[in-house]
Amino acid sequence: MQALSVRHLLGIKNITPADIQLIFETADNFKEVLNRPIKKVPSLRDITIANVFFENSTRTRLSFELAQKRLSADIVNFSASGSSVKKGETLLDTVNNILAMKVDMIVMRHASAGAPHFLSKHIKANIVNAGDGTHEHPTQALLDAFSIRERLGDVAGKKVAIIGDILHSRVALSNIFALQKLGAEVMVCGPVTLLPRYISALGVKVELNVRKALEWCDVANVLRIQLERQQMKYFPSLREYTLYYGINKKLLDSLDKEIVIMHPGPINRGVELSSDAADSKQAIILNQVENGVAIRMAVLYLLASQV
Amino acid sequence: MQKRLIVSNQLLEIMLERLAQQLIENHHDFSNSVILGLQPRGVFVAERLQQTLQRIIGKPVRTGRLDITFHRDDFRRRESPLTANATQIDFIIENQQVILVDDVLYTGRSVRAALDAMIAYGRPQKVELLVLIDRRYSRDLPIEATYVGQSVNSLSSQRVLVEWRSAETTEDNIWLITKTEEK
Repeated sequence: MQALSVRHLLGIKNITPADIQLIFETADNFKEVLNRPIKKVPSLRDITIANVFFENSTRTRLSFELAQKRLSADIVNFSASGSSVKKGETLLDTVNNILAMKVDMIVMRHASAGAPHFLSKHIKANIVNAGDGTHEHPTQALLDAFSIRERLGDVAGKKVAIIGDILHSRVALSNIFALQKLGAEVMVCGPVTLLPRYISALGVKVELNVRKALEWCDVANVLRIQLERQQMKYFPSLREYTLYYGINKKLLDSLDKEIVIMHPGPINRGVELSSDAADSKQAIILNQVENGVAIRMAVLYLLASQV
Repeated sequence: MQKRLIVSNQLLEIMLERLAQQLIENHHDFSNSVILGLQPRGVFVAERLQQTLQRIIGKPVRTGRLDITFHRDDFRRRESPLTANATQIDFIIENQQVILVDDVLYTGRSVRAALDAMIAYGRPQKVELLVLIDRRYSRDLPIEATYVGQSVNSLSSQRVLVEWRSAETTEDNIWLITKTEEK
């Protein structure tokens, strides 16, 4: 019998390698549940979860909601647009009002880095960070590492290149923490304008040439160009970015090995990843989506035991 | 810790043989019947029964493993979350006669969870329960076994341990342990 060492899942930085292994082992069992004729278990039937999204989300929100429903939890959905937040209510007041309705857990996405950490100091409910600004996105990193483990057997010893917009990516930071905790080597690759200045301090390799990164790695995790987060021009044009950093089948076929292609979604097809590469056998993008539900079920299940 | 042997290695062999014969009496060649061992400890009983049955009838007996963790009613009533085991059912249970197998029947809550978990795989024609040990007068739910190895009277301060042959032990034994003296 094991339990998580934390009450909240705020980031990968806060959890131990043993926590990650426990989440993976639990997710293995939930993957089996998801392949049953009846994909539902009653584990969280007396738990109410609020999905509080202050930022747009499609797959993460859908994945969390599906995970909650598969666990038989009661769900309340809240989105900032059209809510009292628009009338000037503070984050803490908004969440406390939701909690007053006897909610046990909060799944939260917020545009500000550290928002779930702030909340965790002021409320009793368990919090799952579903992405906070450009800081962390722990469940995405967990499902990415879980997908690598599923495809390659283990994460330890593998070389993973994270390619693209590292500067604006919460997925990149959580992935770096998760992969390093599991014993993988990590490289970041992208235009110098999209690489944080002191990123090498995290113990990652830095590469500006995408071909060299692909030749080095076993797994390429290709990130989306986040046009919505960019306040200024970081590269001359999308066309130029694609020319220098876009990954296509021709480039993959020119390598002397077959690497695994990942993408957290949504893909800008034809920008960071071409359709022939995204839809190839090397890509495990849809496996990542499937594993996302199992991983989120595992996280919710393990945290709910502390409610 | 006080350990009292309630079923010896030799008696356990006889018991499994008898239970297998009782199953054959009702299920014949097992063409329409399947065995589901409850994880974790019922699986060992199910495997031993499968071996015995296959030896007697000379045909394969479909046997699976059913994990009940996510269907238990004591989640969040424990100090730490329950660790799940693998469910492995490589056959259809729809319209089959299912024999649920566990080592010990105590409160009946595990069996209730097993019935719940099993329904996710289809609607069996009939469900029966086989246990090695029935701890009488201990039920929290109205659940009784169809096939019983041995019934024992025990106190709530005691537990039944079914010990299978392994690296640590050379024999199969069933013990009644008085927990009050455990460290």
